[in-house]
Amino acid sequence: MASRLKKKTGVFYLANALLTIVLFAVLLVLISGRTLNNYWSGVVVLVCINVILAVSLNLVTGILGQLVLGHAGFMLVGAYAAANFTRAVVENGSLSLYVALPIAMVIGGLVAAAFGIVIGIPALRLRGDYLAILTLGFGEIIRVMANAESLRPITNGAMGLSVETFSNRTDPGAMFAFAFVVMAAVIFISYTFGRSRHGRSVLSIREDEIAAESMGVNTVYYKLFAFVLAAFIAGVAGALYAHHIGMIDPSKFDFNRSVEILIMVVLGGMGSISGSVISATVLTILPEVLRGFADYRMLLYSVILICVMLFRPSGLLGRYEISLPGLADKLLHRKGKAAKTEEG
Amino acid sequence: MALLETKDLGVIFGGLKALDDVYLKVEEKEIVGLIGPNGAGKTTVFNLLTGVYAPTKGAIRFNGQSIIGKKPYQINRLGIARTFQNIRLFKHLSVLDNIKVAMNQHMKYTVVEAMLRLPRYWKEEARVAEKARELLRIFDMEDTAEQMAANLPYGQQRKLEILRALASHPKLLLLDEPAAGMNPTETRELMETIRRIREMFGVAILLIEHDMNLVMGVCERIYVLDYGTLIADGTPEEIRSNEKVIKAYLGG
Repeated sequence: MASRLKKKTGVFYLANALLTIVLFAVLLVLISGRTLNNYWSGVVVLVCINVILAVSLNLVTGILGQLVLGHAGFMLVGAYAAANFTRAVVENGSLSLYVALPIAMVIGGLVAAAFGIVIGIPALRLRGDYLAILTLGFGEIIRVMANAESLRPITNGAMGLSVETFSNRTDPGAMFAFAFVVMAAVIFISYTFGRSRHGRSVLSIREDEIAAESMGVNTVYYKLFAFVLAAFIAGVAGALYAHHIGMIDPSKFDFNRSVEILIMVVLGGMGSISGSVISATVLTILPEVLRGFADYRMLLYSVILICVMLFRPSGLLGRYEISLPGLADKLLHRKGKAAKTEEG
Repeated sequence: MALLETKDLGVIFGGLKALDDVYLKVEEKEIVGLIGPNGAGKTTVFNLLTGVYAPTKGAIRFNGQSIIGKKPYQINRLGIARTFQNIRLFKHLSVLDNIKVAMNQHMKYTVVEAMLRLPRYWKEEARVAEKARELLRIFDMEDTAEQMAANLPYGQQRKLEILRALASHPKLLLLDEPAAGMNPTETRELMETIRRIREMFGVAILLIEHDMNLVMGVCERIYVLDYGTLIADGTPEEIRSNEKVIKAYLGG
């Protein structure tokens, strides 16, 4: 089944695109028609944003194989850049938020990518634990700087910066539509990137940097490329997040946030995009579902993490990928093994 | 003019002269051996030739240009490819992908074309996949194409490493102990493979090896290194009867 789908590449793409559109349409109807209340549609948007973050971190941690603990820093930078843009253009009425948000996302991404270049050039000389600590330091610096008095015009300090949002009353589906489309694009791009000559270069660095370099891979360039691409996407996610919540509170972008994203990647299986998608989804919804257990909520969450790591140390999917059509195929036929396409 | 020529090559590691006064010459399509006792500096020579270390003195000319100060990936693109003493495959990638990595530099599409899967991506990927499979077919490894490199038996891992080096289209192939850990049958097969590679791909080969049957069997010329300096060079017959070489190997 999986192999049959794999051979018919065109059919595979079409099925994937169709199922993605169906999923999008169903969720949009549920949210716009208010079948899902405000609270749950907010959770759905958060799922999309967390999937974007996990998939982008997977580029660095899973594909490049470097431990990065400052992803929330890039997110915060992107959030501020985007929010300042929309505040300026929407308040004076020159653009509506529908037009301004996509531009703001690109601006947020670019500013985060610029930070990525500045941090990445010195940081990527290091690896493993050292790189993790350096990026952790970067994330904290960004967060502390956001509280600084001198940057108040941009960040509004610890008070938090209020951000334009879509009206929940007139168009509850707008934020979801933006988040879902960006999420789908990010998943597609990181999948195709991983299976290109560029992606293979990045993978080869994870496998053996010395061998990669001696086989003609410009390791410095590709490490920086993967790092900056991840920073760009995190910046976009930050922009989405800011416009979803309506407020940038720097304390929400601390070390814990970075670790949370890292957990999603590790739990899903480092290097597996679908693993990141699944675990980001589950780990966003789980704490909400567990709200009924009040005091034991975080305890249960942690126990689940421990169990997964004990019984599946390589993450839920390891390095495998599953796909929507593969899944549908399996559910419809209910036979054979899981539709897995091996990751390159 | 020789394909590769080193003059007065030397490197010092923290006061220790690891190599001194090394003069090597490899002509086009020649198979040359580099032998010597353990710790003589053979692998260090490879690391200097591929840009892993920078020499403290001396010159390296390859194909008419100096390669000193160039990065390993630049040297690979100029036409020197190597294998490693301890196999360094991309273990968790498929056999095919291992070879494709070496062919990356010969593919022409941009990262945007790759991300959006534009026509040139498909065309180039198909071309390179076919070439990679052909390379595997020539060396009877086609059925392993989809396997993970780490799952191959030892002898095939060694072979794959050589194929990966070949896939980057080198003019000079550096083999670091290709027969290490092989049994006599595998070693004989390897000798055959080395000769075939030279004939089919027209590459020059410089190899480090301890297995004297292999060295004497395939090499046209041999350099002998001891304590970081060359003590002899010549044809296999000359080396076999060289007093200094016998002394270096047997002690005394």
